[in-house]
Amino acid sequence: MTRAERLSRLRDIARQRILVIDGAMGTMIQRHNLQEEDYRGTRFADWAHDVKGNNDLLSVTQPKIIYDIHAQYLDAGADIIETNTFNSTSISLADYGMEKLAYELNFEGAKLARQAADVAEAADPTQPRYVAGALGPTNRTASISPVVTDPGFRNVDFDELRLAYKEQTAGLIDGGSDLLMVETIFDTLNAKAALFAIEEVLEEKGLDLPVLISGTITDRSGRTLSGQTTEAFWNSLRHVKPFSVGLNCALGADLMRPYIQELSRIADVFVSAYPNAGLPNEFGQYDEKPEHMASDLQGWAKDGLVNIVGGCCGSTPDHIRAIAQSVKGLPPREPANPERSMRLSGLEPFTMPAF
Amino acid sequence: MTAPRTASFINIGERTNVTGSAKFKKLVLDGNYEAALDVAREQVTNGAQVIDVNMDEAMLDSEAAMVRFLRLIGSEPDIARVPVMIDSSKWSVIEAGLKNVQGKPIVNSISLKEGEELFVAQAKKIRRYGAAVVVMAFDEKGQADTRARKLEICKRSYDVLVNKVGFPPEDIIFDPNIFAVATGIEEHNNYAVDFIEATRDIRRECPGAHISGGLSNVSFSFRGNNTVRAAMHSVFLYHAIPAGMDMGIVNAGELPVYDDIPAELRERVEDVILNRRDDATDRLLEVADKYKGGEKKKAADLSWRSLPVKERLAHALVHGIDEFIDTDVEEARLAAERPLHVIEGPLMDGMNVVGDLFGAGKMFLPQVVKSARVMKKAVAWLLPYIEAEKDGAKSEPAGRVLMATVKGDVHDIGKNIVGVVLQCNNFEVVDLGVMVPCARILEEAKAHNCNVIGLSGLITPSLDEMVYVAREMQRTGMKMPLLIGGATTSKVHTAVKIDPNYDGPVVHVLDASRAVGVAQSLLNPTNGPVYTAKTKADYAAMREAHAASQLTRSRLPFTQAQANALKLDWASYSAPQPLKPGVTVFDDYDLAELVARIDWKPFFQAWELHGNFPAILEDDKVGESARALWADAQAMLQRIVGEKWLRANAVVALWPANSIGDDIELYTDNTRKTVLDRLHMLRQQMARDPGRERANLSLADYIAPKSSGVADWIGGFACTAGIGLDERAKTFEAAHDDYSAILLKALGDRLAEAFAERLHERVRTELWGYAAGETLTNEQLIAEEYRGIRPAPGYPACPDHTEKSTLFRLLDATNIAGITLTESFAMLPTAAVSGWYFAHPDAKYFGVAKIERDQVADYAARKGMSLPEMERWLAPNLNYDPDAAERAAVTAA
Repeated sequence: MTRAERLSRLRDIARQRILVIDGAMGTMIQRHNLQEEDYRGTRFADWAHDVKGNNDLLSVTQPKIIYDIHAQYLDAGADIIETNTFNSTSISLADYGMEKLAYELNFEGAKLARQAADVAEAADPTQPRYVAGALGPTNRTASISPVVTDPGFRNVDFDELRLAYKEQTAGLIDGGSDLLMVETIFDTLNAKAALFAIEEVLEEKGLDLPVLISGTITDRSGRTLSGQTTEAFWNSLRHVKPFSVGLNCALGADLMRPYIQELSRIADVFVSAYPNAGLPNEFGQYDEKPEHMASDLQGWAKDGLVNIVGGCCGSTPDHIRAIAQSVKGLPPREPANPERSMRLSGLEPFTMPAF
Repeated sequence: MTAPRTASFINIGERTNVTGSAKFKKLVLDGNYEAALDVAREQVTNGAQVIDVNMDEAMLDSEAAMVRFLRLIGSEPDIARVPVMIDSSKWSVIEAGLKNVQGKPIVNSISLKEGEELFVAQAKKIRRYGAAVVVMAFDEKGQADTRARKLEICKRSYDVLVNKVGFPPEDIIFDPNIFAVATGIEEHNNYAVDFIEATRDIRRECPGAHISGGLSNVSFSFRGNNTVRAAMHSVFLYHAIPAGMDMGIVNAGELPVYDDIPAELRERVEDVILNRRDDATDRLLEVADKYKGGEKKKAADLSWRSLPVKERLAHALVHGIDEFIDTDVEEARLAAERPLHVIEGPLMDGMNVVGDLFGAGKMFLPQVVKSARVMKKAVAWLLPYIEAEKDGAKSEPAGRVLMATVKGDVHDIGKNIVGVVLQCNNFEVVDLGVMVPCARILEEAKAHNCNVIGLSGLITPSLDEMVYVAREMQRTGMKMPLLIGGATTSKVHTAVKIDPNYDGPVVHVLDASRAVGVAQSLLNPTNGPVYTAKTKADYAAMREAHAASQLTRSRLPFTQAQANALKLDWASYSAPQPLKPGVTVFDDYDLAELVARIDWKPFFQAWELHGNFPAILEDDKVGESARALWADAQAMLQRIVGEKWLRANAVVALWPANSIGDDIELYTDNTRKTVLDRLHMLRQQMARDPGRERANLSLADYIAPKSSGVADWIGGFACTAGIGLDERAKTFEAAHDDYSAILLKALGDRLAEAFAERLHERVRTELWGYAAGETLTNEQLIAEEYRGIRPAPGYPACPDHTEKSTLFRLLDATNIAGITLTESFAMLPTAAVSGWYFAHPDAKYFGVAKIERDQVADYAARKGMSLPEMERWLAPNLNYDPDAAERAAVTAA
């Protein structure tokens, strides 16, 4: 199946059923208990920096591990799998002195995911499998000063982010991604730079790939790390006309629900949700059971809140299998049809009253 | 405050604009960004919904200043709350700004000035950065000055933006250029008219787009005369807003209310703005100097500041100005022997003037409540000093009145107004609030040594509670007068049901304006007994007349009334099946959508200003007061909507239903096999005059009988616009601002009603969908010119309040919409509405009116309640006296 064929079916499928996205990559990698030399492989045996913890590098040094994780999620029923590229921008890779590898990691990450998806697709051609090129938030924020005494200071700016994301986007597309997913958005200005970059690259390449947006509400305050409410966040990004908007990470399903409900009420596009498997316990582990998480998400589906569901930190193929089962046959949410209004935002939304 | 004529006008603050504010410019040039941030913060605190940031100054690195300031704002959550307008004539500054805001801002501005190619490139980038845009009416040939050119350029810009760039029309704001008028050059005279007319044209030709403008240009020729300039701005907006201008850069604090502009000045300014006569400019110049006075209107206003302090206090009280009250009270305190003397002397004198003017009909409630706000603030200032004296000697008030909304009831707007008016007249008020049990009323009345008890209530079960309070007062041997007030109370009910239970004086008070007179009469040592005796005699006569009228009011036996039910032609009726059956939840509904649907007449009634809206604004007698109230209401509405003071929730449901006799059965689903719940309805029992044999109606008649085989439906709803209202009102009350608290509550009630009306519309057109093509104006909606009704339990067509618990259980309204019911089935928050939906085209509102014991017994049996309990709930509707025997016993004892 070509990318074009696959994409031509996407909207029809999304209108017929709830799509399932995969679960955590990091949690699955942890199970392998990899050491510094495993991360390095042969190619980076002499690299000047420590690289343990650079999970994205494993697409190159331990491709079998990453491929298997993708395959397990596909087997569990995921329609969409995310590339192992969460940190693959020149900005985040600078921690390991690997800025120059950004394009390559994205390209290889996408290629690996696509290979696994192609195998699953070949086994059952009735279910297209989509690779979502993942663009993470980077380790810097364009809206928040890292220096307490100087609130006007920034350690990254819009154009630095935009250029880094352009490079990442190009790698993801060239490696075979079907979708582009800006996820775990802590700072909406970073996301605006990512989406600006995506639009630029798509325009340059003459492509039109669906874009998925997923923000992170950090706690019960109901705001992103950079302070926006859910609606303000959506107002900042809706100009992109994404395929979907949603939330992931930070919260388990129980605490995330009110914000998903809010998005579901206002978003005129599909809504995605992939919460953590609960909150971390005192050992930093996520221990929410697959059935538990699946039953929460099933409740959302029954209430008509979601179009795409899956898991974030702590979730495993067992979770995804349970989730896929639990939403099977349930109708997808109808996108909202809000009145056309000028909808601005600061940290809070502002809707120009109807005249 | 400014008086935008519509709540949809967005005022953009310009104090963080170096070209608009000399102060801000200096702060930025000095690098004093901290103080510059304070300017922004103050603007937001004062209600700015969007702040304009402009750094276009030759001495500045504008790009760097824009970036620095926006980043600093970003670190201040109380400023960053609102969107910004990135304002510059330089594209590089705009783009630098766009890279530093996470929210969705507005860009101000771009235009076709340097050709279409650049315009398209810039617009594309703005869309990609995610911003709305202001487009100036400017093209390659220059700035648009005439109406035709303004439209031509805006239309061309619109087509390019919408069709070539894919810009959303609702994110486009046109600035069709406001130019100076009255310049002495004849060609300039029509500039304001050109703008206003072009606004209308653009609104029509460019659907979805908005209109904005910088107001200060129009008055440019009157530099140095701020009074005239402000008047010109106000008049300009008065005409431009209805034409479609919905946004503007205006210094709100300096804008007079249109009606407050001296008539002479206003007329001449209007001549200039509307270009109504050739000599308009000359005539405005003639009078301009007269209004100059340096500090514009303030100077004229402030002349009273030079009066002696006693008169200043009186002036402040009469005009409701609290700006200087602390200083003036302090001055009076220092001059007085004791702080208490300030209250007893100048403040009470001032309040007496207010009382006299109110009594003479020269002041109206809203103004009096404002006066009370000033008085409260004055007393609050003095209180610590009075307490410091510690001799406990307090001045003797005219009387001490205990006020309470009775148990089970939560409505307090009217009670609060009466309390304020009494306080204005030197009465001390002990306000126990709402839902006050009888025992507490009696206890507190004794503890505070009160002279009068005032009871208030709005729902019918409260009437019964008032009777109970009267009996308890009698039983415990109290003697003090009892005042009765509130929407469902009446003189007849007081005379027939309450007065006979209490030997002390009982008086029904029709409205707040009578409260003072009644209280004064009752407490007057010489005339008091006379007044009491006269009232008692009056009520006794009324009882007799009532008893006599009872005899003539014949009722049909219940079985006969049932036989005379309305018989609709069900065989040929096709019941509309809902498009969306089951429950629909509306969480955090858009308040702005409700504002336009407010029915204003009851709002003015709440303030005892009677008349039709909008005619009341021009009324000879109350017009001035109504306009001031209207302006305050509009200003508060803007904040309610813009700052989300209130949250509106609703739940609506549509169920399969059929009638069985006078009951209605609801089914779990359309197979109609499982009964979900049963509603009980009452039926009219009045005898019909011969020749006028109309049906004896019950709401059950509007639902197809089960035996008809018609698959009929019924709906239910509960909505509130009052989530968050109590907290906000309490903040006002804590700041001694009862006026704003009452205003907020009254607006909350109106929004809830508007919400109910809007929901009904959506049910008709979307959820049930039987009137999908319906298009009605707000006036038609208020006049209920549509198919279907939404009667509420407790109101005339279904007067049994207890059915509300069924409605709430079915809707799960408490969990879903956050509305709770009190023991008397009053809804909390009070700004709430609930009811049933009937869709039959013949369904209309009616009153069940008085019913007989045979029906009440049948109804109680159907509901599984005891007859006495049912009689208690239906007390206002009984055509017989269920406790006549009991009362005889009481009198005998």
